[in-house]
Amino acid sequence: MNSRSNDLTIAEAALRQIAPGSDAALAAAIERFTARAASDGAVDVVYEDHDSPFGKLRLAATPAGILRIGLPNEDPESLLDQIAHKLSPRVLRAPGGYPSLAKARRELDQYFAGKRRHFDLPLDWSMARAFRLEVLHVTALIPYGETVSYADLARAAGRPKAVRAAGTAMATNPLPIVVPCHRVLRSGGQLGNYGGGVEMKAELLRLEGSRPG
Amino acid sequence: MTTRATHSELPPFESLVQRHGHGLLRFCLARLGADRGEDAFQETLLAALRAYPDLRDPAAAGGWLFAIADRKVIDAARESAKVGPATDGDAIEDAAWHDSAADGTLWAAVAVLPRKQRAAVALRYVADLSHGEIATAMGTSEAAARRNVHEGLKQLRGSVER
Repeated sequence: MNSRSNDLTIAEAALRQIAPGSDAALAAAIERFTARAASDGAVDVVYEDHDSPFGKLRLAATPAGILRIGLPNEDPESLLDQIAHKLSPRVLRAPGGYPSLAKARRELDQYFAGKRRHFDLPLDWSMARAFRLEVLHVTALIPYGETVSYADLARAAGRPKAVRAAGTAMATNPLPIVVPCHRVLRSGGQLGNYGGGVEMKAELLRLEGSRPG
Repeated sequence: MTTRATHSELPPFESLVQRHGHGLLRFCLARLGADRGEDAFQETLLAALRAYPDLRDPAAAGGWLFAIADRKVIDAARESAKVGPATDGDAIEDAAWHDSAADGTLWAAVAVLPRKQRAAVALRYVADLSHGEIATAMGTSEAAARRNVHEGLKQLRGSVER
């Protein structure tokens, strides 16, 4: 009985060796698949990760443009779940899947190097709705190196009393850095919160020269 | 773009590729050889990606993916056999298991197992599915899947020691 079950274990081990499919072959096959999925429109959202001075940024895009920028301290998996639930589960990792991703990488690098003051990227606003979307549109207009308060923002979006809602719109900004929620501060000039952490917010403002130190 | 609320439970398709990509490639390569195997891998993933938002049960995704793979492998076998639609379905299915390049190997021994056993064995040890996933892929109960794997494995003992 013992040698019989041993035989089965040997058979199992041998079966697991059939057509091993190396890591390199798998990577190449997946790359060909994702390229086809992107070019024939079978995929709705593609993403890739990009190294920045603050850590890894996760960039997601649709054919319409950049959909979501994940900051280094966001959970990259829950970011994908969020997209799958809100927009479409047809989500694939596909570096360079759309031209807008390469453009975003380039412009972000230039921005972090202090060589770019505004972004010129196609954006897909599908991850935001209603008043929050209005607030984000207004936020996108805040110039490089300047700051406004949450109250200013609510007023500019047409609902002066909705200061808290303006804050929520910043907290749920799907496109941080490109839609510069880091330029929005508390009324007293305190930093307030930031999805990427208060340190990153201070650092971005220093980069733009709008904060001493 | 598909944005129906009923799909909200599905994880991103990428997680399916991460979990099953390796098993799927092995499954296709074992059955069709290198070139046609990779084509079947591509066709399976493309078909699955297109149909994915309509999948009802996220937990059934693995079995569902390999049910698609099995159809794509049979399609490829039918194409390369250049047979008419009148050809016996069983003969085509058998052709989708026999790769002359595998003669004399363990895979050749798998190919001549009874149909349910060879499918279960391939899904367990090449595709790396759980018994529950095999049940979904083959449309059987989990107990039947477990039995088919075990019976097939017993038959293969002799072939390994040669």
